[in-house]
Amino acid sequence: MRLREVKDILDASVFSGEEHLDREVHAACGSDLMSDVLAFVKNQSVLLTGLLNPQVIRTAEMMDMCCVVIVRGKTPDEQIVNLAKDKDIVLMATKYPMYSACGKLYSGGLFQDEGR
Amino acid sequence: MSKLHLYYEIDGSDFHAAGEASSDVKRVLKQLNFDSDTVRRVAICMYEGEINMIIHANGGTVDVWVEECSIELVLRDTGPGIPDIEQAMQEGFSTATQAIRELGFGAGMGLPNIKRHSDQLHIASEVGVGTTLTIRVVPSG
Repeated sequence: MRLREVKDILDASVFSGEEHLDREVHAACGSDLMSDVLAFVKNQSVLLTGLLNPQVIRTAEMMDMCCVVIVRGKTPDEQIVNLAKDKDIVLMATKYPMYSACGKLYSGGLFQDEGR
Repeated sequence: MSKLHLYYEIDGSDFHAAGEASSDVKRVLKQLNFDSDTVRRVAICMYEGEINMIIHANGGTVDVWVEECSIELVLRDTGPGIPDIEQAMQEGFSTATQAIRELGFGAGMGLPNIKRHSDQLHIASEVGVGTTLTIRVVPSG
């Protein structure tokens, strides 16, 4: 799935990385606990989270994730947007809550890589 | 490759800046053409260590020694120390505050995660004196 489809499925607004929406992604995960993302995630490209602080972008960077989706209608501030731009990470926000956002992407064919 | 040394001072007062040193190490390792799995493992170990220093020890220092066959991270702090290292190594054990948990960390995964992603982890800690983590990652490529 291309990030453009992620954006369309989630009816999301893009805050950084508009030029990277043709990137292909194969797996995603949803978590508000960055500790768990660092511990258990492997080979995911998209991180969905309700957390809104720069460490979300840092975590994605460390894990080689190319896209962060902020759920529940929150709007990222300038500091987070600038960090995402600096790290070439696509940052989107959707009004859908976590469960719905994950369900929509899963139904659309974006699964979770189960490998630990 | 000759041995490369990197040194960072971690500011314990700025949680939002946490990860800048890890990001820099990641950038350097990529430039040196280490494989992506190795770069990610080092980045995770260093980032977890950096976060731990800020959460528990008001910052510290990191020395990174890079060789073709080994990457070693030495993280030193002068924080409160770890009274029971065995307990601290258990997944889920945490002494982090609620405020830190609300930022997405402090779930008791840091040290176990460093162990999982490294080839060697040595923890030297003395209560009231500080903690030194020595982490070694052997490139997988």
